[in-house]
Amino acid sequence: MRLNCPCCGPRGVEEFTYRGDATVRRPAPDAAASDWVDYVYLRDNPAGWHRELWYHAAGCHAWLVVTRDTRTHEIADVARAVDIARQDRENAGS
Amino acid sequence: MTLFGKKMTAATRTGGGNGIDPARVIHFTFDGVRYPAHPGDTLAAALLANGQRLVGRSFKYHRPRGVLSAGPEEPNALMELRTGARREPNSRATVTEVYDGLEACSQNRWPSLRMDALGVNGLFSPIFTAGFYYKTFMWPAPFWEKVYEPLIRRAAGLGRAADEADPDLYEKATTFCDVLVVGSGPAGLAAALAAGQSGARVVLCEQDSVTGGRLRAERNELDGVPGWQWARQAMDSLRQMPEVRIMTRTCVFGAYDGGTYGALERVADHVATPAAGQPRQRLWRIVAGRCIVASGGIERPMVFPGNDRPGIMLAGAVRTYINRFGVVPGRRAVIHTNNDDGLRTAMDLVHAGAVVAAIVDTRDTETALARQVAQESGARLFTGGAIAATYGRLGVHAAAIRDRSGRVRHVPCDLIAMSGGWNPELSLTTHHGAKPSYNAELCAFVPTTFPPGMQAAGVANGAFTTADCLREGARQGQDAAAACGFAAEPPALPVVDAESYGIVSLQPLPHDQSGKDGKAFIDFQNDVTARDVKLAALEGFRSVEHLKRYTTLGMATDQGKTANVNGLVQLAQQTGRSIAQTGTTMFRPPVQPVAIGAVAGAHTGTHFRPDRLTPTHEWARQQGAVFTANGIWHRAQWFAQPGEGHWRDTVNREVRTVRTAVGFCDVTTLGKIDIQGPDAATFLERLYVNGWQKLPVGRARYGLMLREDGFAFDDGTTARLGPQHYVMTTTTAHAGTVMQHMELCHQWLWPELDVHFISVTDEWAQLAIAGPRSREVLRHVVDPDFDLSHEAFGYMGAADITICGGQAARLFRLSFSGELAFELAVPARYGDALARLLMKVGAPYGITPYGTEALGVMRIEKGHPAGPELNGQTTAHDLGMGQMLSSRKDFIGRTMAMRPALTDAARPTLVGLRPVNPSDELVAGSHLLPRGAEPTGAHDQGWISSAAWSPTLDGWIALGFLSNGPARHGETIMVHNPLADSVIAATVGSPIFLDPEGARLHV
Repeated sequence: MRLNCPCCGPRGVEEFTYRGDATVRRPAPDAAASDWVDYVYLRDNPAGWHRELWYHAAGCHAWLVVTRDTRTHEIADVARAVDIARQDRENAGS
Repeated sequence: MTLFGKKMTAATRTGGGNGIDPARVIHFTFDGVRYPAHPGDTLAAALLANGQRLVGRSFKYHRPRGVLSAGPEEPNALMELRTGARREPNSRATVTEVYDGLEACSQNRWPSLRMDALGVNGLFSPIFTAGFYYKTFMWPAPFWEKVYEPLIRRAAGLGRAADEADPDLYEKATTFCDVLVVGSGPAGLAAALAAGQSGARVVLCEQDSVTGGRLRAERNELDGVPGWQWARQAMDSLRQMPEVRIMTRTCVFGAYDGGTYGALERVADHVATPAAGQPRQRLWRIVAGRCIVASGGIERPMVFPGNDRPGIMLAGAVRTYINRFGVVPGRRAVIHTNNDDGLRTAMDLVHAGAVVAAIVDTRDTETALARQVAQESGARLFTGGAIAATYGRLGVHAAAIRDRSGRVRHVPCDLIAMSGGWNPELSLTTHHGAKPSYNAELCAFVPTTFPPGMQAAGVANGAFTTADCLREGARQGQDAAAACGFAAEPPALPVVDAESYGIVSLQPLPHDQSGKDGKAFIDFQNDVTARDVKLAALEGFRSVEHLKRYTTLGMATDQGKTANVNGLVQLAQQTGRSIAQTGTTMFRPPVQPVAIGAVAGAHTGTHFRPDRLTPTHEWARQQGAVFTANGIWHRAQWFAQPGEGHWRDTVNREVRTVRTAVGFCDVTTLGKIDIQGPDAATFLERLYVNGWQKLPVGRARYGLMLREDGFAFDDGTTARLGPQHYVMTTTTAHAGTVMQHMELCHQWLWPELDVHFISVTDEWAQLAIAGPRSREVLRHVVDPDFDLSHEAFGYMGAADITICGGQAARLFRLSFSGELAFELAVPARYGDALARLLMKVGAPYGITPYGTEALGVMRIEKGHPAGPELNGQTTAHDLGMGQMLSSRKDFIGRTMAMRPALTDAARPTLVGLRPVNPSDELVAGSHLLPRGAEPTGAHDQGWISSAAWSPTLDGWIALGFLSNGPARHGETIMVHNPLADSVIAATVGSPIFLDPEGARLHV
């Protein structure tokens, strides 16, 4: 498998470290315990498109949000996590 | 039958052969006998040329077997090649190139190939039916391990692997291209020409030693020249193209995600030993924009009673041996075919001087070509006929042919060339899970869906004539180049004669499957007969995948390349379904066997992983240090001195010297992360459980990190070197993961924080100088303008300083040992010099270097947690650090760490332990039990995490986790070591055994 790192270009998957679901977001510190349990422990296992966090450990050290079809390993999009996180902040703020 | 004795199978060279050099003679041995061969011969060709029809014994029945094919699909001719450490079993003679001195040995026979004792298995064949293992060895259960398995292991299996380590080198390489072409037959060459002319980067992989594919095996002409000559011209053109790379002896064995392909290059398999430094094989990763699978086809055998005798071969293979190798595999042949392609074999045999006694064409209608071939070859034509039986113990010498009317004739022959039609070799197209579909017109499965970026051309794609192969190859090459952004002109294609195929149906299976006329084999390698498949179907194994596992059809080294379709024809027939409904089994990588050595590449022995050495490694080696592995780091474990008999003597001396004078230890392996920016303190607050906003410049602080689930993750000290500048240390083990965690926190959780950080672990050599006299030693190193006094540079101080007259360094007053101690960091290149300097200036103070063992003893004496305590299952509360958790800020793990179960007093919590009887040894891993309790799981109250002999306290000490630990100081408990089956009494106490007030630190 290959990932097209926005900083480094297309690279072999062995340069990256997989973390997991990028759709769960850290709850507010005062969120309910159930929200924290969901965030820490509960994950969907979709057959199909999924957004995942990958780390370019042997490259630029960027965390990436990869949109991947779990059935075919087709990669639709690779974006820098920091850009998505900032965008989310702006959207939440506006 | 004397007429067909030895003479008939004597050496049969035509004098020609487009793939060999008949002018040169080399020699090889087979089962110890020396034979001649020509350069270019495969082992199978050379054996046939020497009249050696019998080359192996079958797996289950030990039946005599000969060469079936001329390619990688070979199920029978498997050999042990070479001897000693290079002995390699199950090598296919059909793809083994002969070199001068090659040693080959038949396998699966004892005492000899001609006289095989286990041939008796054939007599018991009624019990060796489908599912034999499952049915026979079920009971009595204890027999499996003691009787059945050892028996089976002795009788079964093919060759023997080498007993010694492989002496050869293997390597891995990666290459990139726009268009990867797999196969160099007419389709592959046309594709490579079309794509290459566009300027695209093309890699052409051919698993064979020569290019041309079937063009080398046939006599057909392209543009008026023999096909193999046209192929050579095409290769010349390709070599002129600077962006085209041709890789022979390279099998593309797997299609992976993202246009990544695995290929095995047999660099030096065709020579006795690789040249110095040359790898035996090279594992390629090829990243390609497009891939054109032009891997040709594999011919199906005919299924008839006794179809496995030596001398019964695939028709296409017969033509390969005649035309490429100049070897006529028989003198008097019978052709058994269900298509026109098989008929052409008759003309090639006649052309090579052999007699074709009969043509058995299973088709009901006599075709024009059949009539013509029969006439020209002088063969008797049996339209609508079949072979009913064959004769010959170690090689076929006659066939019983049943004509359309049912009359059976005996036809003497020493060769039966059979063709059940061709299967596209489409394995690569199915590696992503695509199922090929059945094309009734071609009577074959063809690829219809492809992995992204892949296409197929030629026979692999169901184009069965040379003209179609060329046309389709060119078109696919053009399309592939265009997809990569290269405009390609269609290449000029050669003129070829029309060819017919004329298959009408897959061969009906033998009417009589009772076996009285001999077994009709479907899978030669696994000895699976038509009857076995029928039986399996009757027993309810209707799925091809179940059939495979029940009968072993399609397993082992050839993966049923010649067997699968015939097997499912039989299954379809038995279950009353069509072939399309029955479907095929899944093909998975690798397409051909790949040696584990090639997959391992250079990562063997000490190259399995890199060695990471500390800056003082060479110096420590010179001191006679014993090293220990710490992840990939090598660290000095202790520094033995003459006269120290046991390592513990050395460690005790090192500890005592530090506690009474001074010692030093390389702590470079701890992770070091430089953190800068206006929000650096806020960032630290969120990483660590404790507060950082109030840490003044010039001070360091201990910090504990949790995971988000509330369990302890890592610990270390972080020093503030400037208003917006911190340097963090992590444990050796978690240096990488902490960095990764910080990147996630910064990029994903809190992108608004204005902070930057970088790992500087390799930039700084850091030495701990510990002991009551450490300050005195440092005064000889640190430049005098820096005040080292306790008043000016107190405990947990941190400073940028200079040493040795101006060299920049960093000094921290940190102590893992509990003594007055410093950590001095210098640029990594000066680490070695610093160690030598400390030895020199420290000598008057009795300085000693110490290793990780003494470091460990001293931290246990001080109750500092390390790896065994931070094992991923302990909480801050368990470590006695619950009070460190700040309630005034957010930090990673905060919410989850507050869960009641994680702060429950009954949780095993850090304690110190000492044996009641001083001579009792405490061992890490032991279980803690209440006094008098049975040593069972129900009474388990904790465990010992770290234990050491303390020379300072003159006794065994241990750190452990005990339920309700802090409330039980003074209590006597039991320590159970199940490995030694011992139970001893120990006293619970504080984990800090030495100087709990820290008086030694603050001096």
